[in-house]
Amino acid sequence: MSVIPGIVAVNTFREAVRDRVLYNLIFFALLMMAAAVLVGGVSIGIERDVIVNLGLSAISLFGIVMAIFIGVGLVHKEIEKRTLYSLLAKPVQRWQFLVGKFAGLLLTLVVNTALMTVGLAAALFYVTRKFEGSDGTIAVAIYFILLEFAIITALALFFSCFSSPLLSTLFTLGIYVAGVFAPDIRDIGIVTSSSAVKAVAEGVYYILPNFHNFNLISAAAHKEAVPFSLIWQNTSYAALYVAVILIGASAVFSGRDLK
Amino acid sequence: MHHWPRKKFIMNAMTAPTIEIEGLTKDYAVGFWRKKMRRSLDRLTLQVNEGEAFGFLGPNGAGKTTTLKLLMGLIFPTSGSARIRGRSIADIGMHREIGFMPEQPYFYDYLTARELLDYFARFFGHSAAERHERIRKFLERVGLAGAADVQLRKFSKGMLQRVGIAQAILHDPQVIFLDEPMSGLDPVGRREVRDIILELKKQGRTIFFSTHILTDAEMLCDRVAVLVGGKLQGIGAPREIVSMEISAMEILFELPVGRTLPDHLMESVTHTGDRYRIEVKEADVYNALDALKGSQARILSVSPVRPSLEDYFFKLVGQQKDIASTKEAAATEARR
Repeated sequence: MSVIPGIVAVNTFREAVRDRVLYNLIFFALLMMAAAVLVGGVSIGIERDVIVNLGLSAISLFGIVMAIFIGVGLVHKEIEKRTLYSLLAKPVQRWQFLVGKFAGLLLTLVVNTALMTVGLAAALFYVTRKFEGSDGTIAVAIYFILLEFAIITALALFFSCFSSPLLSTLFTLGIYVAGVFAPDIRDIGIVTSSSAVKAVAEGVYYILPNFHNFNLISAAAHKEAVPFSLIWQNTSYAALYVAVILIGASAVFSGRDLK
Repeated sequence: MHHWPRKKFIMNAMTAPTIEIEGLTKDYAVGFWRKKMRRSLDRLTLQVNEGEAFGFLGPNGAGKTTTLKLLMGLIFPTSGSARIRGRSIADIGMHREIGFMPEQPYFYDYLTARELLDYFARFFGHSAAERHERIRKFLERVGLAGAADVQLRKFSKGMLQRVGIAQAILHDPQVIFLDEPMSGLDPVGRREVRDIILELKKQGRTIFFSTHILTDAEMLCDRVAVLVGGKLQGIGAPREIVSMEISAMEILFELPVGRTLPDHLMESVTHTGDRYRIEVKEADVYNALDALKGSQARILSVSPVRPSLEDYFFKLVGQQKDIASTKEAAATEARR
């Protein structure tokens, strides 16, 4: 039954809303207002740059923190509080539960990000008094940020299937940071003379999620156009990466004793 | 619509026991560095028939919850197998026909009772109108109609227990598993849960519940199984189990003024007012009666002493403890 993950997802979203997760939006709104007023006051021609840079960075940071910290608790909390016992006695398979949890947190992040985007747009309009065609890059940048969230959420969920929230947080954070610097890891392989180091560096480069390619924040600030191929590539890359991680998480979780 | 040849399947389902557990065994790894296996359930084999109320008895740590978790697919057996209504426990479709209430149930505390039941009911594909009606009915049945829209974080333990029962029977399952349904309830709550179980039984459902409260088991169960230390110790109707154990006869009598009893009886006699009571081995009944006749005692009654399920239970637990301490002593001896 394919609707089952959807039922779990909606409940996960409801949990996030009732746990006041969306309160982070207040901080974001305050940040945007302060930035808009300050930048508008000193106006030296870089208002747009500052607002776009700051806004996108904040959207990314807030979302990553949410994806990791909520993501690592998704499964763990249900086991710890034993809420999973009655759920899994229903006709719900474990992979359906996992996919539902993943989709629910992603839905939360999408809603959160959409609301932040409204805030960013308002701040941008306040300082520039207009929207232009090149602002489209901002939308693509936000879309890429969402793809990043999907990968991070999947990773956090994967680790939480077999380790504690603390360790899962460290693992996910570690992979995120390493993924941002993925090209540098590959460069180690290029400059080294040792073939062993080269092989390891390349292997790590291909295994890690390459978050470098998802970062369009400065491109959006500088109104650079985004080639359509990049959108397509990043979308399929993220989809494949998430699918593999979720299949791995399901495999681990489906054989696990819930003590 | 295509019609499957279902006749054969139905025939099988009618003849086969509702719950069949065969050699079910669960080992847990314990310890951090040097993992040792600890056997939590040892080759459990039993059958429960359709419409039976089956009590699963045993002290804490006997393996009751382990068994239920194995049946629900929350943990996986080391060896052995189990079938419910002819379907393997590994078959998720079987979960449409069963209901389960975990021990000391805990639910999403950010939901209200109504929302929680609605969430669970969705997994069974009921329409919105049907869900609404069922939830109304079952909340009333467990006495929570007044608290339907209160968040579960504000519920007492007894109320959560009722929500636990409601979610287990909401989809009209044929087989219902309850893990310690009476624990943590006050006498009124226990009575209510007992009534619900009796009602389900009257409707022909099969009920499998674990408990360490023996009077509940005696009152509700057609049959009970006693589990101690992961091993099945006995199985049968509560009466059957205890009647196997008749070991003594009780004689009540009155003694005329000035009469005394022979010394060997005097030792084991108790009395309240004029009435005397004596407990003797079954084989010694006639000797004792002869002696009483000699003392011109007036016999009021002679009846077998039927130990309660509780006595039987404690005896078994005691035996296990003896075995355990003997083993431990032997192990200590061997280490020296």
